[in-house]
Amino acid sequence: MEFYLLDVLLVLIFSGIGIILIALIFGLSKLISTAKPSEVKESTYECGNVPIGESWIQFRVRYYIFALLFVILDIEMIFLFPWAIVFQRMGLFALIEMAIFVGLLVVGLVYAWRKGALKWV
Amino acid sequence: MNFSFLYLMGVAGVGIFIFIALSVLILVWLERKVAGHIQSRMGPMRVGWHGLVQTLADMVKLISKESILPAKADKWLFFLAPFVVFIPAYLSYMVIPFAPKLIIRDFNIGLLYFLAIPSISVVGIIMAGWGSNNKYALLGGLRSAAQIISYEIPRALSVVGVVMLAGSMSTVTIVKSQSSIWFILLQPLGFLIYFISTLAEVNRIPFDLPEAESELVAGFHTEYSGIKWSIFMMSEYANVFAGCALCVVLFLGGWHGFLIPKGEPWSSVVSLIWFMVKTLILIFLMMWLRWTLPRFRVDQLMDLSWKVFLPLALINIGLTGLFILGALKLFS
Repeated sequence: MEFYLLDVLLVLIFSGIGIILIALIFGLSKLISTAKPSEVKESTYECGNVPIGESWIQFRVRYYIFALLFVILDIEMIFLFPWAIVFQRMGLFALIEMAIFVGLLVVGLVYAWRKGALKWV
Repeated sequence: MNFSFLYLMGVAGVGIFIFIALSVLILVWLERKVAGHIQSRMGPMRVGWHGLVQTLADMVKLISKESILPAKADKWLFFLAPFVVFIPAYLSYMVIPFAPKLIIRDFNIGLLYFLAIPSISVVGIIMAGWGSNNKYALLGGLRSAAQIISYEIPRALSVVGVVMLAGSMSTVTIVKSQSSIWFILLQPLGFLIYFISTLAEVNRIPFDLPEAESELVAGFHTEYSGIKWSIFMMSEYANVFAGCALCVVLFLGGWHGFLIPKGEPWSSVVSLIWFMVKTLILIFLMMWLRWTLPRFRVDQLMDLSWKVFLPLALINIGLTGLFILGALKLFS
């Protein structure tokens, strides 16, 4: 148990080191760079024109459908990896069982495909 | 676990950071040289021998440049986005086995870790896109999110075959199990899907829609400048290196090669050179593609992932299963 905790702890330590190092570089940059903000410089870039309207808008549902499909297939993947590790010990039985499991999801994917969910317009 | 171990890990963490910084300097120089020669020009020539210190000079320039904060931007999202993009790229180096024993930590789920962690950077990309309050940045961020989640699936499915052959997800064990035969020979389809999906994951041409210059200016980092922009650049090249290095680990035999002396003190150095040479060849291939191919359209990009790569990757898993069963029958 402690072995796994150590792994998690290491990832946290490394994230900490990364954050500190980036912050140090930002600090160094802040020390030696010039800062002369002006109204024009701080305005939103829109190819030199005065920005029109707001950019914080609602975005299309298309992304949402792809995200849903992603979640389903991502979970399928989580099941595939442990299966792949023990596959050589389990043999034909494992292959047939996984074929049924993946087959069910593929039916769902084909349904989404036929319904036009995979079409990007 | 004791204090000296933590100290060692701290040194290793800083070491990886320096390695990333140096490799980015070299890769940017290489990219510009390759681009130059492909387009029949010389590339950078003035600063140092064949422009070798050009990128170092650029880095000094970028650190000393003004970092503009747009008045309308969300201050915190804008500031934190470079961290969220860079840290996952940096963390993914923990499980890359450069040579026998030259690895930070051999997680038993190393491969899953490598597939999962770099995907977190998409959160940073959306933060940058949304926080900038800029239309180009928002479009770039959303496109990037759609692209990364779409290619995540074929990418992960293409390596299931490797896990089945090696019977482990530890990167070290995967390399060790390739001592007799490289997995690219058993998994050519898996290699192809993995490599092309990696191109898409790291947003490089022909999949660089999130930062398509001709339509979105610079995509999600349109509003970024100075040091913040260079962190985005650094994480892009760090991801390129890590992606190619993992490709070498999974399919091209990792540190294995010819002419490696056994049991000598310098044998791991030779292994390291083999690993680096293979990785550099793949990176060169990516650069070559970048300066040769035009860019995909968004619908083509999504179709390729969902309608071509996903079924192919599933077929690849089935074929690998049959292949292993056949081989087990034959040799038992």
